Amino acid sequence: MPETPEVTPLLQVRKLRVSFDGPAGPLHAVDGVSFDVGAGEVLGVVGESGSGKSVTLLSVLGLLGHTHARVEGSVRFRGRELIGLPPRELQRLRGREIAMVFQDPMTALTPVHRVGAQIVEQLQAHGRWSRSAARARAIELLAAVGLPSPAAQFERYPHELSGGMRQRAVIAMALSCNPALLIADEPTTALDVTVQAQILELIHRLRSDFGSAVVLISHDMGVVAGLADRVLVMYAGRVVEQGSARELFDAAWHPYTWGLLGSIPPLAGPRPLRLPSIGGTPPALDALPPGCAFAPRCAAADARCQAPLPLLPPGAHATACVLTPAERGAARLRCLNGSAAP
Amino acid sequence: MSAQGTAPLLDVRGLSKRYTVGSVFAPGGRRVVQAVDDVSLCLWPGETLGLVGESGCGKSTLARCLVRLLDVSAGTLHFEGRDITHLGARAMRPLRPRLQMVFQDPYASLNPRRRVADLIAEPLRVHTSMGAAQRLARVEELGALVGLRPEQLQRWPHEFSGGQRQRIGIARALALNPRLIVADEPVSALDVSVQAQVINLFADLRERLGLTYLFIAHDLSVVRQVSTRTAVMYLGSIVETGPTDALYAAPAHPYTAALIAAVPRPQVPPVGAPRAAPVLQGDPPSPLDPPAGCRFHPRCPAATALCRITRPPLQDNGGGRAVACHHPLPPPA
Repeated sequence: MPETPEVTPLLQVRKLRVSFDGPAGPLHAVDGVSFDVGAGEVLGVVGESGSGKSVTLLSVLGLLGHTHARVEGSVRFRGRELIGLPPRELQRLRGREIAMVFQDPMTALTPVHRVGAQIVEQLQAHGRWSRSAARARAIELLAAVGLPSPAAQFERYPHELSGGMRQRAVIAMALSCNPALLIADEPTTALDVTVQAQILELIHRLRSDFGSAVVLISHDMGVVAGLADRVLVMYAGRVVEQGSARELFDAAWHPYTWGLLGSIPPLAGPRPLRLPSIGGTPPALDALPPGCAFAPRCAAADARCQAPLPLLPPGAHATACVLTPAERGAARLRCLNGSAAP
Repeated sequence: MSAQGTAPLLDVRGLSKRYTVGSVFAPGGRRVVQAVDDVSLCLWPGETLGLVGESGCGKSTLARCLVRLLDVSAGTLHFEGRDITHLGARAMRPLRPRLQMVFQDPYASLNPRRRVADLIAEPLRVHTSMGAAQRLARVEELGALVGLRPEQLQRWPHEFSGGQRQRIGIARALALNPRLIVADEPVSALDVSVQAQVINLFADLRERLGLTYLFIAHDLSVVRQVSTRTAVMYLGSIVETGPTDALYAAPAHPYTAALIAAVPRPQVPPVGAPRAAPVLQGDPPSPLDPPAGCRFHPRCPAATALCRITRPPLQDNGGGRAVACHHPLPPPA
């Protein structure tokens, strides 16, 4: 995306913090996350389970149970502040302007209604559609997401569809109101590779056909590399690195990103005797180390890592790591060859 | 590597597993699912055979048949030269220590009410006459082998992360010095960074203990990293096998080629490079109603009239490879 600061991005998230009450004080599942999503842009959010990637986007949509979670910071959609918006106003936004696709398509569909009826319901909830017009539009959408014989699929129940077909139906539903922003949370994790390739191709095509911006949440670096324009890497509730997909996949700066990329077994070329791996496990939210949360697992950590880290401002390639550009080359080798303490 | 001169550790011939689903009163009546269909394979001492395929292709059913957790419908099964196809539970018991399994879900396969040391000691209690002190020493030894500290052994399973639980599961499987370990998707529930640790652990243990693995996974890159030989399964049958490096470098079956092509690569394609369209359309067919002829023909880009009628057998393709295809892909020039 061209960087023109005068244009307001579609979605602007600033210093987002999501806390849950824990037995020993609040736990920050998301801590000071800032990012922008431009119109028509695909933002990939990667991280391991528990890194806060889903919670970040759920809080953007106001989908966290508000009695349990405290959301602070600012989320502006088309310049309008979403945090603190009354539930009814948010409800009007969700589904119409911001749509969401979840990992498991079966939980997003009601088993007791036909697929078509669920899309019609979505259309009629957000706009004035006659029954026949809504039906025609729903069939059109089912065709647009590549379901064979869409008129027949309209009449079927979710259990009659395969996993890949269900996910297509859910995407059709998400697109029914031409949302400006589509949030896809691990949309292909439950699917087989050959079906995953089809769904990723579909999301790619929809971006050009419908012009929607997409936030793609995934733990799979491969999925993100094939679709995203820009990427956020999250660890323990914070953004540790951000940049364009090319910057991140060709020349990452953060030891965690190196580890994530290095620990994927290659599909071609020589097989390494041992895979580079990140030692240890992600920290628990109630026992976060001071300073950099990744330091205990990092082979390049030193005394500087104990100091609190600055939050990353949104925008260009940046990393929350103290390594200077001159130190990165040697540190990268150390991280990928000698693993940190197990 | 496979030492062809010695006897295979596990020799599987024409193994099939059928299930009956539905009932005479249900709509559709009773039907038969051929979950595993005429599978033959050999496991040689010291090798790791990787088994890949999409969900529902019968990988797990096959694994469970091989360790006799399921009864076999047809075919024979020889372990260490002995026919174990129809051995009863009692007759199997003396063989169990040498034939162990590691399961996928490290959350479901450990009893939450038992301490880790007890969990690892359980096979020792069942199968050996070791005293308590001896058992504890062996448990600590096993813990060290898989990277668990002695003080961690007194904790409960819920105190461990997924990767550490999988280490506990592996320690349990190793307790009785097995020769063969059947690992069913042992790393697919783990995060990437932890997955690499467990893959390395499998490799280390193979070196140190001279183990033989049947390693089942749906992730093609994981199987490539782990196995010396790979078998690809589709709808209950093996469609291609061969040495891992050769098979990945030049797949002969169109399905293998499509599977490898479908794996998303963690690289950004060069500027202006055309986006490769997915090779395969549609989903794998239901094993309840498999297509006639070659079971892959409805999705195959190279299917001909022959493929729709005649089912290709798994045939030798040279170089230790076999492929079940009428029109195997040529090796690269």
